Amino acid sequence: MQIAEFSVATGLGGGLLIGLAAALLIVANGNIAGISGIAGTLLRKWDGSTVWRLLFVIGLLAGGVLVPWVSGTPLTMTVDVPTPLLMLAGLLVGFGTRLGSGCTSGHGVCGLARLSPRSLVATATFMLCAAVTVYVVRHVAGA
Amino acid sequence: MMQTIAKTRIAALVSGLLFGAGLVISGMVDPLRVLGFLDVNGTWDPTLAFVMGGALLVTLPTFQALGRLTKPLFAEKFALPTRRDIDARLVGGAALFGVGWGLVGLCPGPALVVLSTLQAPAFLFVGCMLAGMLLYQFTME
Repeated sequence: MQIAEFSVATGLGGGLLIGLAAALLIVANGNIAGISGIAGTLLRKWDGSTVWRLLFVIGLLAGGVLVPWVSGTPLTMTVDVPTPLLMLAGLLVGFGTRLGSGCTSGHGVCGLARLSPRSLVATATFMLCAAVTVYVVRHVAGA
Repeated sequence: MMQTIAKTRIAALVSGLLFGAGLVISGMVDPLRVLGFLDVNGTWDPTLAFVMGGALLVTLPTFQALGRLTKPLFAEKFALPTRRDIDARLVGGAALFGVGWGLVGLCPGPALVVLSTLQAPAFLFVGCMLAGMLLYQFTME
């Protein structure tokens, strides 16, 4: 198997920051740092939790602006997926994360750390389904 | 002395900021890097494993030690999920999410962060993702 060029330092360092973010939110406020839950609840109802949810999202976006600005490396994104597939993927991610009560952050970063059986099953399921999808797109359909 | 409500808001903002910074620094905002991890038959990119490992290095001991706190620092109680049953919604939802994630390489956090690139595909993806969340609310709740 060929291994791509990658950096342990930035991967591990970025991961530690994500872990720190989740640890802060649970210890300080008692909330799970699950992006799909935070965003989905903002869409559903506005209540006493709305302000902190909005501030979390604003912080998330600000982090994505600040780091490239400080480091001088602009954020770029390459998506080589036809538009209809891109839209379908967005719908599936939105619908699926709400139906399955979480995404990579809520189930992965927080749920696994809680040793939650639901999060373990969810994480294994979405990892496997994502890997199968990539296999089909790249090595079956794209071959 | 600062009001508790202000402290919770600052904590949420700082948490989001750290989360967004971590996603950018780790490279997880690059869909091709994520797809490179998911594609075990191609040139494999192990980055995502280090990111998840790094995050769990912090969250695992934190969540395991949470019981020592009677309550969060700035709130009255912990809002933790209590369900432990594995049902069809959990597995089906995770499966649908996995397919969408595998198609593009964006999950909800990175999708929101890449909005700052101001590129049309980012807005299209996030727009459809939010529509998918609304669709869930109106059909399944």
